Amino acid sequence: MHIERPRDLAEALAGFDSHPRATPLAGGTDLMVEVNLSHLRPETVVALRRVSELQTWDDRFVGAGVTYARLQAGPFPALAELARTVGSPQIRAAGTLGGNLGTASPAGDALPFLAALDAEVVVASHGGERTLRWDAFLVGPKRTALRPGELIVGVRLPDHIPARQAFGKVGVRQAMVIATVNCCVVRDEEGATRVAMGAVGPTVLRARAAEQLVSSTSRPSPSMLEEFQRLVSDEVVPITDHRATERYRRHAAGVLARRTLERCLAP
Amino acid sequence: MIVTLQVNGRSHAVEVAGWESLLWVLRERLGLRGAKDACLQGECGACSVVFDGELVCSCLVMAADAEGAEVTTVEGLGDAGGLHPVQQAFVDEGAVQCGYCTPGLAVATAHLLETHPDASLDELREALAGNLCRCTGYGAVLRAAVAAQRGGAEEAAP
Repeated sequence: MHIERPRDLAEALAGFDSHPRATPLAGGTDLMVEVNLSHLRPETVVALRRVSELQTWDDRFVGAGVTYARLQAGPFPALAELARTVGSPQIRAAGTLGGNLGTASPAGDALPFLAALDAEVVVASHGGERTLRWDAFLVGPKRTALRPGELIVGVRLPDHIPARQAFGKVGVRQAMVIATVNCCVVRDEEGATRVAMGAVGPTVLRARAAEQLVSSTSRPSPSMLEEFQRLVSDEVVPITDHRATERYRRHAAGVLARRTLERCLAP
Repeated sequence: MIVTLQVNGRSHAVEVAGWESLLWVLRERLGLRGAKDACLQGECGACSVVFDGELVCSCLVMAADAEGAEVTTVEGLGDAGGLHPVQQAFVDEGAVQCGYCTPGLAVATAHLLETHPDASLDELREALAGNLCRCTGYGAVLRAAVAAQRGGAEEAAP
């Protein structure tokens, strides 16, 4: 195995230029599990923890190397809330936002927040930078639009971020748990609502019919909330796996989305 | 490849092969068997160490990337004068059953009390959520953590 330990972004991108198929290593919380279980033996690793540009968090730009521990202490309530549900303190001290995107697990806890805000993913290579909206970046389970030689640099959030926002997660315990279903809801003062659901499809997805239903009203009635829950359950496309059945996930998605929306509606 | 790192205040230049984890290097190359090898996927916390000031699972640190790092393991908690107050509290409270999780819990508790000396009981619980004990000894562990915290506070008082 060959490892590069770049000191800055230019060195990191040069590393990926010479080794376009190199494996990026940030917190190691996904990669090292695969390595320890002998599922993965990367030939070349570019280790990113010394690259200061990736640690940047400047208002709406969150660097790929920002850890869950930092997200947990940050200014966006739903992002802080979701970060707190990731793994344990040990995992949150190491795992990064960029890693959550790069791994592109359908259950990635940061992804519903990014989807609900229509965040953009900034990627760079030796040749330059490009920006992809979350749904152009996440193309399938554990698959991204990242090209050989490219590195995730960070995430750009929109200028307008509604104060009403919440994250919810269903799992078998309070700590150290991968989501069975996760969800982020944001709602602006005019009522425009966005609902992103994770672990219930090949990638995180938006429940657009449910969004439309509640976006037109300032105070959704109880029957409208029932209908909202039903629409979310209809719109998700879960599978049965070792964590839950398709049927359970479909039901839980509706209930979780409704409860998360209700938290956004609270005065 | 040779990786140079500080472990418990001592500098080591250690030969690291391929994809070895920091946990492997600590145990098999430096002979520090305190950090335990259990799940190898960051779930159990038995391999917890302090790595450049952060509590992490050493099984998830690629040793080749530990160049220049400062690491504290359970062997570095106490000194020639005796046990660290957290270790002593674990002994006094009987917070050890089979002992496999104990080094990780001791490192995690000591790190928490150093970084958040005023942690509430809920914060203590949340901070130790990444250290699994299959003997179900959490009650005694929390009593030990609180005792160590009180002891530390008394020591700090004028």
